[in-house]
Amino acid sequence: MFRRTEPTDCTISWEGRDIPARAGESLAVTLLAAGVTAFRQTPVTGTERGPLCLMGACFDCLVELDGQQNVQACLAPVRPGMVAAMQRGARHFHQSEDAA
Amino acid sequence: MRATLATMERFDVAVIGGGMVGTAIGYGCAALGARVAVLDEGDVALRAARGNFGLVWGQSKGDGMPAYGDWTRQSIRLWPDLAARVSGLAGRDVHYRATGGLGFCLDEKELAAKADFVRRRHNDGHATLRMLDRRELLELMPGCPLGPEVLGASFDPSDGHADPLVLLHGMQAGLLRAGGRHLPGAAVTGIDDAAGFWRITRADGSAIEASRVVIAAGVATTPIAAMVGMDVPVRPVRGQNIVTERLDPILPLPASALRQTGDGTIQIGVTNEDDGSFEIATTTAALARMAARAIRVLPAIKAARMNRAWAALRPMTPDGFPAYAESATHRGCFVATCHSGVTLAAVHAGPLAAGILAGHLPEFAIDLHPDRFRGMTHVSSH
Ligand SMILES: Cc1cc2nc3c(=O)[nH]c(=O)nc-3n(C[C@H](O)[C@H](O)[C@H](O)COP(=O)(O)OP(=O)(O)OC[C@H]3O[C@@H](n4cnc5c(N)ncnc54)[C@H](O)[C@@H]3O)c2cc1C
Ligand code: FES
Repeated sequence: MFRRTEPTDCTISWEGRDIPARAGESLAVTLLAAGVTAFRQTPVTGTERGPLCLMGACFDCLVELDGQQNVQACLAPVRPGMVAAMQRGARHFHQSEDAA
Repeated sequence: MRATLATMERFDVAVIGGGMVGTAIGYGCAALGARVAVLDEGDVALRAARGNFGLVWGQSKGDGMPAYGDWTRQSIRLWPDLAARVSGLAGRDVHYRATGGLGFCLDEKELAAKADFVRRRHNDGHATLRMLDRRELLELMPGCPLGPEVLGASFDPSDGHADPLVLLHGMQAGLLRAGGRHLPGAAVTGIDDAAGFWRITRADGSAIEASRVVIAAGVATTPIAAMVGMDVPVRPVRGQNIVTERLDPILPLPASALRQTGDGTIQIGVTNEDDGSFEIATTTAALARMAARAIRVLPAIKAARMNRAWAALRPMTPDGFPAYAESATHRGCFVATCHSGVTLAAVHAGPLAAGILAGHLPEFAIDLHPDRFRGMTHVSSH
């Protein structure tokens, strides 16, 4: 769907597999470039969703990033080796990421 | 006006204002078979319908005006049916949950004031409302991580909450489904006598005619009501809101100024800023105060991220109670305004709509006639 215009220079982990990335780009861009469109499952119906606005307004790009839930992938700069996964449902609150 | 009588569209009912009140009345009239047009402004309009808190709430209503209390409770009784209809019309759940509603008390002074209010309401015949102490609250909501400062709460088992945007959308869909027209995009600028009909002109130069006119223009009601000889003082009272990210269920019952929506969002309210200004900016000081109080109720939400904040304007009358009337000088022209348009949506779409079509308003409306505002200087919000 998307073609990179600049070379990648690192990898990140998405759902347990390595994905090529470019440090400093947004995590949403990394995932879209790798063909990932399902970033999260909605809390209400479990429907899969991905980024819509790419500018922090729509909250459709939520992922779990380095253990922290409900992170907007379009606003998260890529760091080499970061570990991301789909946001499944609402943020699980009681075992909240107090460490974060 | 270039349009001729022959080309001008005619309706049984023209509703001025497509907010929560106008849409409910328009939907209700159309569902009863009337030919209805709802005239609204464009996207930049001030609309409490799109900025409110979503409570379907009786516990605070009616103190000093029994008719308002009765009208509210009638609406709450009709809400389950309205909820089923609008969910079907909107194609999604309006998330009406009549779980009962709470008013948290965080110190002895709040507790005493609330208990006093509950006693007064009881004496007025509002029997479902009562006080719960902390132990009873925890029994009602097992596992709810209430903060240590929560001493008790008022509780009315008939209160609940709903998604106000789905409500508005569903009623709009119902209006269209019943053959009604939704005409947004231009403010109404005039209402004139046109030989047995009322001719309504709009800022874009268009006009329609109708046998009946319902003015439901929210905070803009006063100047439009004046066009048909009615004096209905309405002023804006600003309310600010916060919504957080979506969270797993943490608060099973809605409370005044704190609820968790069906989607998992925590909504935190809500100021009552009575400064006469039509500004709808939020202020950091108010948002911080609201968040701080919410965290005293539920300390765990300290870790929640805030997604958005906004302000909207409640239409407020001098005594804070709704106003309904037919104009004495312009027969067939009605006004309807209130600051509890979500709660009252079921009576607006039901008995009020039927009364407007029949040409006489329901009995409650007698006490809620805007003539009571004459000479009123005292101003309070209920
Ligand atoms: C912060 C906040 C929290 C609230 N919480 C609750 C709650 O929990 N429960 C509850 O029951 N109620 C609540 N309310 C109140 C509720 O939202 C209002 O009572 C309701 O929206 C009023 O409906 P309305 O149609 O009179 O006004 P609005 O919904 O404001 O709509 C008025 C409409 O009239 C239109 N209009 C104005 N002038 C013209 C013109 N010249 N021509 C054509 N159209 C015009 C506007 O464009 C607008 O669409 C809350 C309100 C606020 C602000
Ligand atoms: S894509 Fe819209 S907030 Fe991230």
